[in-house]
Amino acid sequence: MDKKALPGRAIRSTLPVMAGYLALGIGFGVLMHSKGYGVGLTALMSLIIYAGSMQYVAVDLLGAGAGLLSTALMTLMINARHFFYGLSMLDKYAGMGKARGYLIFALTDETYSLLCTAQSEPRAYYLLVSLLDHCYWVTGSVLGGLLGMALPFDTTGVDFAMTALFVVIFVEQWLSAPRHAPALLGLGLAAGCLLVFGPERFLIPAMIAITTALGLLRRKWEPSWARAARQEQAESTEVRHG
Amino acid sequence: MARVIIQILIIAAVTALLRFLPFWVFPEGRRRPRVIAYLGTVLPYAMMAMLVVYCLRGVTILGGSHGLPELLAVAAVVGLHLWRRNTLLSVFGGTAVYMFLVQVVFA
Repeated sequence: MDKKALPGRAIRSTLPVMAGYLALGIGFGVLMHSKGYGVGLTALMSLIIYAGSMQYVAVDLLGAGAGLLSTALMTLMINARHFFYGLSMLDKYAGMGKARGYLIFALTDETYSLLCTAQSEPRAYYLLVSLLDHCYWVTGSVLGGLLGMALPFDTTGVDFAMTALFVVIFVEQWLSAPRHAPALLGLGLAAGCLLVFGPERFLIPAMIAITTALGLLRRKWEPSWARAARQEQAESTEVRHG
Repeated sequence: MARVIIQILIIAAVTALLRFLPFWVFPEGRRRPRVIAYLGTVLPYAMMAMLVVYCLRGVTILGGSHGLPELLAVAAVVGLHLWRRNTLLSVFGGTAVYMFLVQVVFA
């Protein structure tokens, strides 16, 4: 791929995240402001925690003066999914050199969704996408903290950008996947767990159920999956060279 | 204030720990169990489906607007994407549809 076009390509692919992060970041900043926390604290959180939904929960934890152990446990529960993102990035992030530490630290839901679908991109692309997303998030929250409630227009619903981005990536994966079974399994088990455990508690059971089911189905899926992946690779190399 | 700072540091540390843990458990260059390599290829598909559900977890089918704005906006995103396959168009178009629906139609 053209090396010159790299910054532009990274900026382009992060634009949906920019919309979402600015909106959600401003929301977080406004929330912090309304609870009386200064913009410095807001910026610090977005800089070193850098986990959207967790930071919203954190505002409650800070306000309630939650104990340190329950703060840690709550974080563990809400952010456990990040462990699974890492699992599927092990190979991609091998050989990333000095940038690796930052790339792992900055692996949010949105950055993961952009980078787990990236194909044959150079190291700088991963770094740039991660950095840009981090900047959007910090900028959004600082803006929110400064503006307080005084937003000049009705932003209700703008956070749908995040949902839309995930739906787009889901569709992209659907179109390129050799098999649809893992996506359907994820959809079914997540929806099932949502019904059983409710919106605030379904994430961890869903992840355990998905990973267990994928593990159990390995003998059945792995051979055909590997074959399909090889075929796909052969076809795409053919296209590239053809 | 000191307590708040310590709480923030704990949240940051636990979040970072979760992000780094898989890379510590399965270090670079070391042989990994085959199941981990397999999970690495199939998990992204299942995780993205889970994230979509996660984003829509607050939708109430039985009350309010019955999830219609979300359903229509997701349909708009999928439709736009199948039509042009342009991520920006799909995301911003879908979001505009959603904002219009919740601010005007279902307000």
